[in-house]
Amino acid sequence: MVKNNAEIETERKVHEPLFQIVKRDAMPWYKAWLVRAAAIILALAIGSVVIIMLTGYNPIQVYSAMFNGAFGSTRKIWITFQDLAMLLCISLAVTPAFKMRFWNIGAEGQTLIGGLTAAACMIYLGDKLPLYLTIPIMTVSCIISGMIWAVIPAFFKAKFNTNETLFTLMMNYVAMQLVSFCIVFWENPKDSNSVGVINRHTHGGWLPEIADQKYLLNIIIVAVIMISMYIYLKYSKQGYEISVVGESENTARYIGINVKKVIVRTMAISGALCGIAGLMIVAGTDHTITSDSVGGMGFTAIMVSWLAKFNPIVMALTSFLIVFLEVGAGAIVTDPKLGLNESVADILTGIILFFIIGSEFFVTYKINKRHNSSKEEA
Amino acid sequence: MFFTIINNAIVQGIPLLFGSTGEILTEKSGNLNLGIPGIMYMGGCAGIMGAYIYENSTQTPSAALCIIIPLLCSLVGSGLLALIYSFLTITLRANQNVTGLAITTFGTGFGDFFGGSLTKLMGNNGNISVKLTSDYYKTTLPFAEDLGWFGKLFFSYGFLAYVAVITAIICAWFLKRTRAGLHLRAVGENPATADAAGINVTKYKYLATTIGGMIAGLGGLYFIMDYIGGSWTNGGMGDRGWLAIAIVIFAIWRPNLAILGSFIFGGLYIAYSYTSGLGRAASAIFNMLPYVVTIIVLIITSMRNKKENQPPQSLGLPYFREER
Repeated sequence: MVKNNAEIETERKVHEPLFQIVKRDAMPWYKAWLVRAAAIILALAIGSVVIIMLTGYNPIQVYSAMFNGAFGSTRKIWITFQDLAMLLCISLAVTPAFKMRFWNIGAEGQTLIGGLTAAACMIYLGDKLPLYLTIPIMTVSCIISGMIWAVIPAFFKAKFNTNETLFTLMMNYVAMQLVSFCIVFWENPKDSNSVGVINRHTHGGWLPEIADQKYLLNIIIVAVIMISMYIYLKYSKQGYEISVVGESENTARYIGINVKKVIVRTMAISGALCGIAGLMIVAGTDHTITSDSVGGMGFTAIMVSWLAKFNPIVMALTSFLIVFLEVGAGAIVTDPKLGLNESVADILTGIILFFIIGSEFFVTYKINKRHNSSKEEA
Repeated sequence: MFFTIINNAIVQGIPLLFGSTGEILTEKSGNLNLGIPGIMYMGGCAGIMGAYIYENSTQTPSAALCIIIPLLCSLVGSGLLALIYSFLTITLRANQNVTGLAITTFGTGFGDFFGGSLTKLMGNNGNISVKLTSDYYKTTLPFAEDLGWFGKLFFSYGFLAYVAVITAIICAWFLKRTRAGLHLRAVGENPATADAAGINVTKYKYLATTIGGMIAGLGGLYFIMDYIGGSWTNGGMGDRGWLAIAIVIFAIWRPNLAILGSFIFGGLYIAYSYTSGLGRAASAIFNMLPYVVTIIVLIITSMRNKKENQPPQSLGLPYFREER
């Protein structure tokens, strides 16, 4: 039994701390979710106080305006779900790597490289080849490019134990500058420093619309990825290997898992999915590319995936929460009457994240209050 | 011409130097704070808010208060954000990457929102601008003009630039030559051993992270007050926060090397404007270079595996004494 508390350490005199923190065995799942729900509600309450102070609305007005911003019209609903699908796709992409405790914070760059490849295919092949050829070529090359961007850091991690967090972080900005570099050659019209809508009239290389809905295809693809990822992580042998490597590399080695292979393979999957996300953003939605095409979603995805405890189905909910906040809060403050800017959504997201991150402590640890102080402690 | 380039590189490098010095101090305690970009935004924004409110509240702003108020606001703002990070990661043992990114989201959001909307919230029009305060921040030593290239190279900066260099040197000295610095490094390398040796791990981690955050916040203040000249553009700080984290690796966790690293990276940031004829493509390549160089440094240090050039061993890991 460890007697002193983690909080107080150097004291020479025996000092009895009021609390002792111990790890819980396991909290029942409903209790754990209750704690998290309480954290979200608390955060929403504080968030609305912030909005009320800024805008002078009353709370009901705030939430109805947020709801209206996200679901006010058919078009808004589609956009909300499109944003949700993209964020979810990238979150799913980073999940296998995180489960392995490989801190891939390069999803932004991997997605952007996928998008860049898609744009290149649209520009160089879009009008020359028929659509049934362009799309498979484009898909494959996007997957490969995303994979390459992810496997480079994974290779060095496996081989030399290079710090993957810092490596993948740096790769993001290499990707962004690569996009700015390519834009110089692709810009249209000249000297606009932007690519504009690629193949505006011919729609060469655009992903097809299903049932006249621009975003439906993306949403279906992401739903399929979500379910496959759930099955892959939960029921496949590879999924099992990922969780063993994540729990303890030594155990994995001991039971005969080739850790290096698992690291590279998992990152390849991660990168491939990011590549697909890039394809959907560029060829399916925006039909153009800028160095900001991914718009920080690669970073948000990390938090979404973590909040969902790496569970693909729960991830749909957590990404919905984030998207709802961004779209909803954005709608409130950009109201021309107020004319504020939509960055308030980031403030709210930040507050909610702080609370959920903090609440995990109470799920994992238990705080015992000290009752009787034993005398022989020293 | 040559001296102008170096002069500009140094001006560009100062915010990076503040950021990387702060991050080195933080990382030496074992905390990988990815919230530095947000903290730098916060430092800049809190500073300009303080200056704006003060300039608007009085008819005759005094020079001393114009300097002190934004400075304090900046320190308090970035310190608070770093404190939130410390509380979540040290006391509540949360994941450092997620917490850091949340701090960045919050900090950039806070900066862009209040930097962009403060004038509206206070019932004024137009963009936020604190020309007067900025001029005080930009005041150089009086004899800088008389000394020709020498003066331009060494004396033509606002006082915060000197603060940056001095802070970096003090940090280098602190980490290498003092007992407290030794303890701090021990905490970052192996907190369990440090704990067993009677070092207060929690205290060291809190202090290093919070003070590191405050130093980084000054980078934002310098950028806004001195470099930009006292106004706010949303997203204006660009990727400087991440670049500061890159410099930490480039300088292999040594503040004195960070001084050199910041000025080199600052030079690369503006190099394209002196390569006339190469155009915007060249500027993208130049902007890419710092990151590529950093990646190469990262790979080489991990390949050579020399003990003194490695990241702190417990970097990124929470410490819980009862976990074995």
